[in-house]
Amino acid sequence: MTDPVLELSGISKAFGPVQANKNISLRVMPGTIHGIIGENGAGKSTLMSILYGFYKADSGTIRIKGREIQIADSQAAIAAGIGMVFQHFKLVENFTVLENVVLGAEDGRLLRPSLAKARAELKALAEDYGLNVDPDAIIEEIGVGMQQRVEILKALYRRAEILILDEPTGVLTPAEADQLFRILARLREEGKTVILITHKLREIMEITDTVSVMRRGEMTATVKTPDTSPEHLAELMVGRKVLLQVDKVPATPGKAMLEVENLKVTDSKGVERLKGVSLEVRAGEILGIAGVAGNGQSELLEVLGGMRAGRGKVRVEGAEIDLTGRNSNGQTRRARGIAHVPEDRQREGLIMDFFAWENVAFGYHHSAAYNRGLFMDNAALQADTTAKMERFDVRPPNPWLTAKNFSGGNQQKIVVAREIEQGPKILLVGQPTRGVDIGAIEFIHKQIVTLRDQGAAILLVSVELDEIMSLSDRIAVMFDGRIMGERMPQDTTVQELGLLMAGMNGKAA
Amino acid sequence: MDFLTLLQILDASLRLATPLLLACLAGLFSERAGIFDIGLEGKMLVAAFLAGAIAATSGNVWLGLLAGIGASLMLSVVHGLASITFRGNQLISGVAINFFAAGLTVVASQSWFGQGGRTPQLSGAARFDPIIWPGAITKIKDLRKADPLDQAYSELLSGHAIIVYAALLLVPLSWWVLYRTRFGLRLRAVGENPAAVDTAGISVVRLRYSAVLICGVLCGIAGAYLSTALQAGFVKDMTAGRGYIALAALIFAKWRPWYALYACLLFGFLQALALRPDVLEKAIGLKVQVQLLDALPYILTVIILAGFVGKAIPPRAGGEPYVKER
Repeated sequence: MTDPVLELSGISKAFGPVQANKNISLRVMPGTIHGIIGENGAGKSTLMSILYGFYKADSGTIRIKGREIQIADSQAAIAAGIGMVFQHFKLVENFTVLENVVLGAEDGRLLRPSLAKARAELKALAEDYGLNVDPDAIIEEIGVGMQQRVEILKALYRRAEILILDEPTGVLTPAEADQLFRILARLREEGKTVILITHKLREIMEITDTVSVMRRGEMTATVKTPDTSPEHLAELMVGRKVLLQVDKVPATPGKAMLEVENLKVTDSKGVERLKGVSLEVRAGEILGIAGVAGNGQSELLEVLGGMRAGRGKVRVEGAEIDLTGRNSNGQTRRARGIAHVPEDRQREGLIMDFFAWENVAFGYHHSAAYNRGLFMDNAALQADTTAKMERFDVRPPNPWLTAKNFSGGNQQKIVVAREIEQGPKILLVGQPTRGVDIGAIEFIHKQIVTLRDQGAAILLVSVELDEIMSLSDRIAVMFDGRIMGERMPQDTTVQELGLLMAGMNGKAA
Repeated sequence: MDFLTLLQILDASLRLATPLLLACLAGLFSERAGIFDIGLEGKMLVAAFLAGAIAATSGNVWLGLLAGIGASLMLSVVHGLASITFRGNQLISGVAINFFAAGLTVVASQSWFGQGGRTPQLSGAARFDPIIWPGAITKIKDLRKADPLDQAYSELLSGHAIIVYAALLLVPLSWWVLYRTRFGLRLRAVGENPAAVDTAGISVVRLRYSAVLICGVLCGIAGAYLSTALQAGFVKDMTAGRGYIALAALIFAKWRPWYALYACLLFGFLQALALRPDVLEKAIGLKVQVQLLDALPYILTVIILAGFVGKAIPPRAGGEPYVKER
């Protein structure tokens, strides 16, 4: 049996009273793809940050190829042959690919020789691993898939033997993700070791050889991928049985609640982000909008939610609403029964430094239930918040904590509770489970389905195809500000949706 | 307006543009590394004071220059501590430096020399003298009779303090450092995305301090130039907003060295015109208020910022302290 290329033993790390990593041991074999899976806050990122020299472990040892090493900073990690591809790329956007690759790994004080050498080496790497990138392209002008390749190239250029990828497919289309997996498989063939951190069970099953599961700071299991199943892994992650499929009865759509006709939006830079979108959402159905981030879904939600001006016609229960001017804002929308769970809970859904009960008031602060004469009825608001937190299983159920003190899943539950509990006729919901644990995902999905069954019309925007497929009653795919087509979830496949998301007409394919 | 008058105005433009250019390049290094520096003004002011004071007491202008650079560097370190080490607000730190400098220089020069907040008049070796190029005509009577080429050579090219020529040479040098060296690549990167620099295993803190110190040296030279070359001695508030005009020029120049030169020459020209309202009146047949000329750099900058003449995009990470995240 070969020796592990990377061996961690007894790694612990605490942040104040929070034990982020507890006595973690891990053996990664060379030439394999090793998956690490776990909920948010399970300690995956902390562990990887220790490996990359961002944090120092309180105790434990790290061995690379059998030799114990200290990783004091990123420089040491790079020297030890560890390369990291972060979830949010660490690229200089207005530099060329070449400059980004060279940055920090220059050969001398002058730039020209370094760049020339890197150019030759990139060509060789492109041939060895099938990683073709134009070295003179500016980062901000190439797609995320390409940017990710640059990150991988950066690591390979620094002679990385162990490549760690943190949630690499979050920003990719299914086709791009397939390409990435082909590259990873190629890296494995060439003898490199890949560590893949993800919360997507499907990816783990598809590409990894071995998978380790983390829960609450501990490494709970390491299993050979062929010997396990998604259900089993989910159970190991959460600690209880989890329903991976959304449990719902077929929709019984009623009258049209929300009609959008030829909606156009031009952003502040003069770029047309919505190029004539038409759609309809009926009472008692969930319309899912699939698409790669940045194809106009955000703008659609913002216009409908009253956060952005648009041109075109939008009718709510048959009556047209204003899309610009004084009568187009979150308040007037809510008055028409439109609730909005915005895409970015930290920027648009909550004020992170405010208490939970203050956050629960936003958008509904004029509501009679929260007011007494001229003043806000804070006591009523706090009691209401406590009740909502209990119904939505927000942990800890303390209205006097500021929003930033809750985990991502619990923050999202607060936003969802605020909007759903008002009993809206129409719910706009963007990325309801981004960065949310499996357990909380299950809960939020159930709430959305319940609202649908009560007869609300729901417009769901998500970049997670699995979520769109399992939650929607009808799916519309957006690409470049247009609806590329509509499909019924039972009649379509991830592949077909993927083609539509990439701007290709699925019918031709 | 005859050719010689034009040359005289251009000559004055160059002299007045020099401190702007030095301060502008100082700001360029700092802001390219992501540290906004509104304290250029204050740094120039303390440098002008200390350079004037040391030159007056020692009789050696080079000692004065060194003292000026030293004073400016001290404030740079303060700005670095506040905005890099302690991750404070860079604007507030800069404003504090400006107020501190404005008050301190007057008090110190009053208690030191007792001449109403001035330093003594500098002369001889205590001042940077104009460098007369070989064959240049110095007598105004002879100059009037010379042909235009000789006039331009003698009036415009020859006869400036060494700092003027140094400042001009600093433009290509800055460009070369920024775009042709490893240090420049890293400096530009740290102003755009410090996380990229950090994960590449380079110290963000060290890079930013280097930039802030370069800024201090250049501001020091700019300040020393004011009191030991442009004028002969320090007077209260002698920077007269040049630090802010330099910032305006920096935006005007879109944070690029060659554009910085053009912007500073333009702003220097406006300042030179403000000194000769009679010439302007003759040239356009209209009396222009000097205040309007003084305000023009700012007005032009606002126009640039409003996006009428191309877009000025500041370094993306500018003004934000870098906090390491996972």
